[in-house]
Amino acid sequence: MSDIQSWIKHEVENNDVVLFMKGTPNFPQCGFSGQSVQILDYIGVKYVGHNVLEDDSLRQGIKDYSQWPTIPQLYVKGEFVGGCDIIREMFQSQELQALLSEKGIEIAPAA
Amino acid sequence: MITKLEAAFKPQLLEVTDESESHRGHGGWREGGQTHFRIKIISTAFEGMSRVAMHRAVNECVAEEIAGGIHALAIEAKSHT
Repeated sequence: MSDIQSWIKHEVENNDVVLFMKGTPNFPQCGFSGQSVQILDYIGVKYVGHNVLEDDSLRQGIKDYSQWPTIPQLYVKGEFVGGCDIIREMFQSQELQALLSEKGIEIAPAA
Repeated sequence: MITKLEAAFKPQLLEVTDESESHRGHGGWREGGQTHFRIKIISTAFEGMSRVAMHRAVNECVAEEIAGGIHALAIEAKSHT
């Protein structure tokens, strides 16, 4: 396993919720990454955001890791959940919130 | 893209929309469009598949087009209406 692959594995296994995105949670640089951030913030879940634009090997590496062609990518407890469309669908149907609770991850919805 | 999706999934519903114009000036957009697409697809072929699996199947089917310069592909996939 290459360095970047083992780094990604370590990241997603040691953080409950990880979002690989373009830009940062405070300054998303792509509409899809921005939407994903908004949803996670709205749900009130703590997550780690990684900016793939800062590192070309991560940008490609994350696609190889999940065999998924696009960014953003959301991971919960080491498991790949999906990209922006899936995050949104699951949020709208409350499945995302249910998944997080099921995994024992604290969520604090904004009032 | 449409032909490929029809052949692969025999969908009950298939809509492919070029949304490039509404992303004018955004990242990945370029003159001439054909950069941002939305695929709405309903097919019994997706029965029992997870969301990730459905999206993977669609992505795989149009992998060549993605490699050919599509920047964004929104997918709404369902196994039933």
